[in-house]
Amino acid sequence: MNIGYYPGCALHGSSNDYEQSLRACLGRLDVDLTEIKDWICCGATAAHSLNHKLSQALPARNLALAEQQSLNELLAPCPLCSMQLLKVTADIKDPETCAALSSIVELPLEGRTRVLNLIEIFQKVGLDTLASAVTNKQEHIQAACYYGCLLTRPPQVVTFDDPEQPHSMEAVLKALGVKTIDWNFKTECCGAGMTMADEDTVLELCHRILENAQAHGANCLVVACPMCHVNLDMKQAAVFRRYGTAAMPVYYLSDLAGLALGLAPDELGINRHFMEAAWPA
Amino acid sequence: MGASGLLPTVSVPSPIQSAVGSQLASCYQCGKCTAGCPRSERMDAPSTRLIRWLQIGEEARALAAQAIWDCVSCQTCSARCPQSVDCAAIMDALRQVAFTHDTVAPAKRRVIAFQQAFLDNIRRNGRLNELELTASFKLRAFAADRALRPLFADASLAPQLRKRGKLHLKAERVRDRAVVARIFDKCKEDRGGKIENRGGAA
Repeated sequence: MNIGYYPGCALHGSSNDYEQSLRACLGRLDVDLTEIKDWICCGATAAHSLNHKLSQALPARNLALAEQQSLNELLAPCPLCSMQLLKVTADIKDPETCAALSSIVELPLEGRTRVLNLIEIFQKVGLDTLASAVTNKQEHIQAACYYGCLLTRPPQVVTFDDPEQPHSMEAVLKALGVKTIDWNFKTECCGAGMTMADEDTVLELCHRILENAQAHGANCLVVACPMCHVNLDMKQAAVFRRYGTAAMPVYYLSDLAGLALGLAPDELGINRHFMEAAWPA
Repeated sequence: MGASGLLPTVSVPSPIQSAVGSQLASCYQCGKCTAGCPRSERMDAPSTRLIRWLQIGEEARALAAQAIWDCVSCQTCSARCPQSVDCAAIMDALRQVAFTHDTVAPAKRRVIAFQQAFLDNIRRNGRLNELELTASFKLRAFAADRALRPLFADASLAPQLRKRGKLHLKAERVRDRAVVARIFDKCKEDRGGKIENRGGAA
């Protein structure tokens, strides 16, 4: 299977362990990724907070590049990039907006590209295929699947899973033989892009998430978002210093999938996380 | 004020009214957005009150609220509104107009400093360079509030990121940076008005 790929800035920056993980894991499942040539930043929170037009134009340029390069399906593993791309996909259904954005980004724009998140790639591969490819069952794991905000919200834009009680990550992990727990903070916010601008917010929200996962018997968190990982993994030592929260490893969904498919932690970049697992790799 | 004493008579719609005005009348103040908001307990005016202010023409109060910069854009308010009011989009519109018209609450200049540093970086490189962003944000934030502690906070993270292969000294830049700059220029006239030389960004 060949899928277009929009990594976004985080996966080429400090979240390059996420890129390593999903490339290794999807490679094992014969999913080839074709990166959009000369993609640009989606503008993220900065653009949608300060300049509406820019928050449409930057993702629109990427959709136009994908069309030009005949990438009909596009994996955007960062849910913020994904949401921005999906928002503009909806906006350009209006012919006037589409024409205006096409002129701004200097490329033809039709809205032909289908934007997918990482979970949807696993669904495309098929849960039965996943189940039959398991070689290293992860018996010791009790995972709390953490969706954060933008995988399921706003529901009218991303139209994926249930925004209050999502279950798609659990379904993927169940197919891989990984146990998951029920808990309350699946879709609460971790503070997202406030990591630098407002650290107090991030620490407070992350503390609540970690505490609730632990209270429900989880021994690790699973995420499908680079910002969730930064806040819950890299900032976890700071959360501990302020709140005394117990430590717990934070995996990308492709980490646990990759381990179950027989990949070594180092091949997935798990050795580059901040929080280490208490059990042997 | 209009004859009812509640509805203001406005002849020219304000930037906020043009952007999100059609939605405002749908809000019946149930408070569900505020109840689900992860930041409402820390806000000077939670979303329900901000929307009420917009309904009764008290825009200036909403635009000066710190709350619009406390919002983390988690979209919970929009997802849960029984009237389908896109509250998160209203928060965006408030920020855009407050930024364009320079009515940002002084205590929240750090957030703006971060967003501006971010957009500057994208304009220059086409993609984000985290090291450049960190340096430029810290300098801008220091210029805004003269606080020394945050200037050096997180310095210990740099070697830890380096050790993990997560720190990139050289910026990744797109080939066609001229088109990125032109896109930024063409977006200067936004719905909040014209954005003039506000630190070069946006």
